[in-house]
Amino acid sequence: MEITTAARAGPAAALPAVTGREAARAFVDEHIAPRAEEYDQLGAIPEDLLTRLGQAGLWAPFLPTGMGGSGMDMVTLGEIHEELGRGCSSVRSLLTVHSMLAWAVYRWGTPGQRERWGRALAGGHVLGAFCLSEPGAGSDTSAITTTATPSGDGWRLRGSKTWITGGQRAGLFLVFARGPASTVALLVPRTAAGVTVRPIDDMLGTRASMLAGIRFDDVSLGPEALLGPAGFTSGMVLSSVLDLGRYSVAAGSVGIVQACLEACAGYAATRRAGGSLLRDLPLIQAKLSDMVTDVRAGRLLVAEAGRLKDAGDPATIMATWVAKYFAATAAARHAAEAVQVHGASGCSRDYPVARYYRDAKVMEIIEGSNEIQRITIAEQAYRK
Amino acid sequence: MPDMASTQILGFITSRFPQAGVTESADIFSLGYVSSLFAMELVMFMEKTFAITIPNDELRIDNFRTVEAMTGLVGRLRAAAAAA
Repeated sequence: MEITTAARAGPAAALPAVTGREAARAFVDEHIAPRAEEYDQLGAIPEDLLTRLGQAGLWAPFLPTGMGGSGMDMVTLGEIHEELGRGCSSVRSLLTVHSMLAWAVYRWGTPGQRERWGRALAGGHVLGAFCLSEPGAGSDTSAITTTATPSGDGWRLRGSKTWITGGQRAGLFLVFARGPASTVALLVPRTAAGVTVRPIDDMLGTRASMLAGIRFDDVSLGPEALLGPAGFTSGMVLSSVLDLGRYSVAAGSVGIVQACLEACAGYAATRRAGGSLLRDLPLIQAKLSDMVTDVRAGRLLVAEAGRLKDAGDPATIMATWVAKYFAATAAARHAAEAVQVHGASGCSRDYPVARYYRDAKVMEIIEGSNEIQRITIAEQAYRK
Repeated sequence: MPDMASTQILGFITSRFPQAGVTESADIFSLGYVSSLFAMELVMFMEKTFAITIPNDELRIDNFRTVEAMTGLVGRLRAAAAAA
């Protein structure tokens, strides 16, 4: 494979662009999966991998070529994020939030904002983070207390955000704050005076996603910080960004199920119990058959959501909710079973399934908890 | 007689909220159904169905308050695209 050859030349060498599932699988197997346990224990993704992701064109390939991307379609993006999720949910999480910010700049940005940030985001030279959650506001976005006050021709930002994926490393924050009439979205450089980043370590799952809490103490911003329309449609910026995040998490969750399946198949083919290989035991077979079934179902749901995105069809919104709900719950269910298949070994760091189990739980909470998912999806029942 | 764009927009809204009894002139915001999620679906529907791009400065509440206003927006954007 070309990727393997190039990678052996070291991180300084250019890597071929990852343009599809097979190349993504090879990239993950070469550069990510072998070290994912190390990242998990370290609580961070090393700089050399962040660089490699950029060399492979993985940070925001959906951006048009004029912004430094390759105009990748959403179906392919979903396949790539599935493969990344198979290897390491922390890496996939960094790509998720970066994608959300890059997408927002592309979809809602002015020509000036696209010019300023587009290529830096496409290449991963500036990493993005999505700042919505606060100590007192998670799923309930109406409860956010961070304020954006008009000041001169710009803005003054005050408040605190928490659980910000990639916050320790990001150079640009997409901050949602309470504006004069509605929620507003602001692009805030990390270097702006009054921005303070506090690392959050030792989480249950996605431990290497470099979470942070971020304070904005009277941060003075120019008019160019405002992203997208003010007024009644400002919520659409948030909705569209979360839609892409949900799509990425759904794809990554399918990747977790695939990883569970591969780990269990490998273990069950060699481990004996009561004189039989685990693979020959009906109760183990039942677990693996459910993994095989759900990974296919989840993959199809993500692909459907991706096809609808590529077609600009509004049905993608609900399709993405459904895909994320199915895939996240499947990931949590099968990761728990994967630990069970491995027994005590599954509770150790000798096998990756304990990490899958911890990471999968996070999927049921982020980008819309299971409960919010079900409340929203229930509305589907009343549509024609 | 409503034009085709009006009928299509009304049909989309009715498909989402069949119980609301929306008419061409009804203020959809006063009905209490419009969330940011639905607003995004509505904009995507209009852009795809009528092959238009709604620029940020046209994403104003008055352009989306009624089916009539949305139909007017579609007509203006189509005319502008044809003239370009």
